[in-house]
Amino acid sequence: MTAHTPEVPLHIALGLNDVELDAIREKLGREPNGLELAMFSVMWSEHCSYKSSRPLLRTLPTKGRDVVAGVGEQAGVIAIGDGLAVAFKIESHNHPSAVEPYQGAATGVGGILRDIFAMGARPIAVLDALRFGDPSDARTRHLVDGVVRGVGGYGNCVGVPTVGGELVFDPSYQGNPLVNVMAIGLLEEGMLTHASGDGPGNLVVLYGSATGRDGIGGASVLASATFGDQDPSKRPSVQVGDPFAEKLLIEATLELIARKLVVSIQDLGAAGITCATCETADRGGTGMLVDLDAIPRREPGLEPFEVMISESQERMVAIVEPVQWEAVREVCRRWELPVAIIGRVTAEPDVVVLTTPDGSGALDAAGRPVVGAVELARIPAPALASEAIIFNRESRPPARRRPAPAPGSAAPLVDALPLRGQDPAAVLAALLGSPNLSSRRPVFEQYDHNVQANTVEGPGRGAAVLRIKGTKKALVATTDGNASVSQADPWLGAALSVAEASRNVSITGARPLGVTNCLNYGDPTRPEAFWALAEGVRGLADACVALGLPVTGGNVSLYNEAPGSAIAPTPEIGIVGLLDDVSTRVGPAFRADGNTVMLVGLPGGGLAGSEYARLAGAALEDGPPAIDLELEARLQAFVREAIARGLVESCQDVSGGGLAVAIAEMCIWGGRGAQLRLGVGDSPAVALFGESPSRLVCEVVPRHVPAFGLLALHHGIHTDALGTTGGPRLVIELTGEGATGAAEERGSRIADALEAVVDDLRHVWEHGLPRALGWEGDDDSDGAALPGLEVAG
Amino acid sequence: MTARVGIVLFPGSNRDIDALNALRVAGAEPVVLWHESVDLEGVSAILIPGGFAYGDYLRAGVIARFSPVMRAVASFAEAGGPVLGICNGFQVLAEARLVPGALLRNRGLRFVCREVALLPEHLDTPFTREVGARRPLRMPVAHGEGCYYADDATLDALERDGGVLWRYANPDGSVAGPDDPGNPNGSLCGIAGVRNAAGNVAGLMPHPETAVEAILGSDDGLGIIRSLVVSAAEYAATGAVSGTSTRTLAGGAA
Repeated sequence: MTAHTPEVPLHIALGLNDVELDAIREKLGREPNGLELAMFSVMWSEHCSYKSSRPLLRTLPTKGRDVVAGVGEQAGVIAIGDGLAVAFKIESHNHPSAVEPYQGAATGVGGILRDIFAMGARPIAVLDALRFGDPSDARTRHLVDGVVRGVGGYGNCVGVPTVGGELVFDPSYQGNPLVNVMAIGLLEEGMLTHASGDGPGNLVVLYGSATGRDGIGGASVLASATFGDQDPSKRPSVQVGDPFAEKLLIEATLELIARKLVVSIQDLGAAGITCATCETADRGGTGMLVDLDAIPRREPGLEPFEVMISESQERMVAIVEPVQWEAVREVCRRWELPVAIIGRVTAEPDVVVLTTPDGSGALDAAGRPVVGAVELARIPAPALASEAIIFNRESRPPARRRPAPAPGSAAPLVDALPLRGQDPAAVLAALLGSPNLSSRRPVFEQYDHNVQANTVEGPGRGAAVLRIKGTKKALVATTDGNASVSQADPWLGAALSVAEASRNVSITGARPLGVTNCLNYGDPTRPEAFWALAEGVRGLADACVALGLPVTGGNVSLYNEAPGSAIAPTPEIGIVGLLDDVSTRVGPAFRADGNTVMLVGLPGGGLAGSEYARLAGAALEDGPPAIDLELEARLQAFVREAIARGLVESCQDVSGGGLAVAIAEMCIWGGRGAQLRLGVGDSPAVALFGESPSRLVCEVVPRHVPAFGLLALHHGIHTDALGTTGGPRLVIELTGEGATGAAEERGSRIADALEAVVDDLRHVWEHGLPRALGWEGDDDSDGAALPGLEVAG
Repeated sequence: MTARVGIVLFPGSNRDIDALNALRVAGAEPVVLWHESVDLEGVSAILIPGGFAYGDYLRAGVIARFSPVMRAVASFAEAGGPVLGICNGFQVLAEARLVPGALLRNRGLRFVCREVALLPEHLDTPFTREVGARRPLRMPVAHGEGCYYADDATLDALERDGGVLWRYANPDGSVAGPDDPGNPNGSLCGIAGVRNAAGNVAGLMPHPETAVEAILGSDDGLGIIRSLVVSAAEYAATGAVSGTSTRTLAGGAA
């Protein structure tokens, strides 16, 4: 940020441009003062105002029969029957994590949890989607270690299990890691609380940690030039998380709501007290008098703007009727949380900041400004919130671009591997041991994933499953984001992300309820980057409409660019689903020997964006596999019905690493092999390792195969019986003109086959990640378990 | 009559939710005991649950031991009442010297959450009487400071007097020494849980209260929770619990 000097105007130093300054003048009908400019600068930031993305986000489908709170609330809430509802939301903490990985990730968890319990929901799960650059790079390793410790350090202490997420390595994140955190809460519908500043005369109550100089964007500029002296102690500090304070905040907040002591609650995140007061007032159609003197401080000498925009963690604002104040104070005392009345709700829709020269309190007991009170700022609440500035950015597709082929059309195949003579088992093992596909256990073991005694399926094997105590129900949750394909085709990447997340929920037997999304894109003032965002939103909308899923909330993170590079456009999709009877749940591990392995769906062409292409070093922009969203919807309806009818023993979708990796995982998790035959057409690489969507592998008891096939036919879904589970080996016999000849060269009796011992595959899979990250404690010294695993290219 | 079992609630406790669920599954009436209170509300056993009492920023359990409720717990224990500390509860009991030994940072220096196999050493104690057989019990651990440590004299006394109640087991069923794969934290002699000299106070690091229903992956922990509940009923009825004594361990034990 540019320093404010006599040559650089204050609004520029604060990150506002001339257009924005003119808009502010128009809204105020006068020149803003410094404090007002600071409040506008944080509220009109991309993060708070969605000024570039709001026109796009309006195109998303948000309606749903059971949606009881949606976009614009602190978190989406969907009713799930039995008088219960689920609250969920995903949010980014990318930039703080790039600077200070531990605290960045920790406060990311804390922030999203507050969004959940501010709605009246008890947080029951966290999922974290993490993306980094080259795992062998020292800085990447530092970031991974810090972020993982931060997620764990916070989540473990507050007692919310971390049940899933993603960990992806790609060079595009080298300078700009992504930390997206999703939280899920459960509430009785009567607990639902909106952040609306109703009732003029009501108290504005701040509780939780005291306010310090944390996370003040651009504040050093202000401090040095306009509002104070040159004291270096006024440097802003990074946000620091205190999970213990958060735990107390959870308990106190849920008690306040359950005892109906508050009118509404909002958490303090970005833009601190400014955001909480103006958004709450704006939603209620009211205004607020804010008594700066009454705000508990962590340190003396804070400037008014610092108090108003501080992002100190673990704070909440409640709107409280005066008669409930004593009871509210007692609850906070019991949970050892500082609490103060910092203002009043007013009928006049202005947020007014007041102070006194001696700091003795600007409001009297009745909530009126005292004699001698000084008005520091007065801004109409809507001007900061719902009527914040909007920009219609220029959008332009990049010059070099090859869109995906239409579904069903012939696609050019990139078939670099396996080369004739190369063992496909070696490729499979290399994929299983690769940084993106190997076991995530070394990471998720650092997260408490079963506290609260709800975890039926924790991290590591697809969607997480959480039972709901006192019912037969369970929630199923996942995060998925396809950045590799987004880089070639942002519409397709976003649509694939939604389809995969929804599919991961459906293959447990659960019905997907709704979507939360974290859109991580580049600088919106670059037309190409804005085009990628616009295409991503369009893909998100199209997929949600096709799959019948409402978008209930989310977060946009732009400017994800390090000097000289931008991240792959990354639409991170979180979906929560509902299982009516948790005992019908289907997992992804082969369950018994002698069952039939069914391939559901047909392969499509294209290897671009696949893990196989990454491993082979193949060019990215050649034909990523297309998606037929209507087919995807039928496929998911089919698998849900097949599971409901008890026809499926286990199920896994085909995604990263393709069919071979999907089957290998089912073998590894089930502790048994399979004897299969696969027609590979003219490209074994596409058949084995292609990642075209809308495909599943189902384990079916032989006597159920006819019924399974008939049901698929009824849904217009193609199925193939590949073979049978059992034995210590995974054998995939390859038939067709493109078979590789590898087995022949090994002297096997089988002409062409992928053949591997399941225990060997497990070994490679388990040791891939610690080896990639160079983590200590991985004392496995025998290297890759299978000989000759190195993949050419 | 349903046994009333107290769950001590510190600011920062978080496995109280699991403990509440487990006691209900085991047929007991859970009673939440607030950390500021010295009133134990007539409970006949006490469970100190896991979590991060008072944030555990200094050292696990070190602040909690000074809380008012812990004075009441100490008196209750002194009188022979059954007390079980799990995870952070074990750390609190160790800091309060109600059980011998200490819990150090995990050997790997990272928080570890995984399923372990827990081998009960004796089947006639207030905390294992309902376990049934001496077989490995599957349940999770979730802690950063769970490496059991005691000096040689204390260890000798524990081993001699049967003070070790549970040890971590390897996949083959053998006791998991500090460097073995079945030992999640480097605990000496594979010790996962111990009792005091009198036998009425015990602590363990793994979470039996999170493994009480098959739907959660294991119900192997239910026997331990049920043992506490049966002991509570016995203590309520007779004022004593079988399997406890006034024997004192030699050496540096509590």
